[in-house]
Amino acid sequence: MVRSIWRTLGTELARDIALVCLADGVVGLSFGAITVGAGLPVWLPMLLSLVVFAGAAQFMFVAIMASGGNPVAAVVTGLIVNTRLIPMGFAVGDVLAGQSTFRRLIGSHFLLDENVAFVITQKDPQRRKAAYWACGVALFVCWNIGVLIGAFGGSIITDTNAFGLDAAFPAVMLALILPSLNDGPVKRAAFTGAVIALVTAPFLTAGVPVLLALAGVLAGLGGDKANKTSAARS
Amino acid sequence: MMLVALSFILGAGTFAMRFAGPSLRSRVRISPKAERLMSVAVVVLFAALIATSALIEGHGFAGIARPAGVVVGGVLAWRKAPFVVVVIAAAATAALLRLAGVP
Repeated sequence: MVRSIWRTLGTELARDIALVCLADGVVGLSFGAITVGAGLPVWLPMLLSLVVFAGAAQFMFVAIMASGGNPVAAVVTGLIVNTRLIPMGFAVGDVLAGQSTFRRLIGSHFLLDENVAFVITQKDPQRRKAAYWACGVALFVCWNIGVLIGAFGGSIITDTNAFGLDAAFPAVMLALILPSLNDGPVKRAAFTGAVIALVTAPFLTAGVPVLLALAGVLAGLGGDKANKTSAARS
Repeated sequence: MMLVALSFILGAGTFAMRFAGPSLRSRVRISPKAERLMSVAVVVLFAALIATSALIEGHGFAGIARPAGVVVGGVLAWRKAPFVVVVIAAAATAALLRLAGVP
């Protein structure tokens, strides 16, 4: 299976995925170091990275726990950040369709912003599937190795902003969705969604603005009301 | 002990949300119109994710360096530059601006 995934991917897509994995590994390094540096146990970043495997939620959880915040709030905040995974999984769920329950369970755990973004750049069902699994599994491995080294290695890298990695991630997403923005209505929907998220972000907990942005989809439907209502129902 | 429990609760909740999407999808028949709507919805989600992660830190403005890096990456991507170039240019722009004292 692994060999056929690589063959389907091709070197270009494989290289792009590898680059994102490398960058994610470095962020994992900082996550491990920051968590241990904040006085939390050395196993915590590793456990979180294995069972939660969602960068933003992990950082928020640790930040709240390290500052002596309410544990329930830490979990709820992490869960709210991850709510976007529901619509994302729904949209790219075709990559897991027709597979055994076991594979769908495993495959679901690898659902991430990064592999969803790679999947939507591909039209061919086989390539979508290959991009999903390759990016998901490779990121899981790199992220966990990064966290492991960071947790034990201490303060090798704690400030990934110094390397501009915080700018690299939005740029990765932007480069991957840019071809989808070719279409007028999609552009309108995306712009409206981005504005909704930015305007609400100062007042709401992280994760909610991104969900509210989904209302931007309506802007892409234009004046076609019949279309809107039938689509909302289905 | 509490931290172990909390980690697993967060993990289980996150997994449930990950599993919900593909499972729901396999249960409903999706018309071509709804299919199209979903592909727009994903782009909208990413647009919102890009905008907030580029400009917002906590509940405030993330500073100049990060969005500047994202803009450089975005322009290069629009000019059809290779993915590697886009990513490295975005990171390098932000890193160099910070080195020069720009927040």
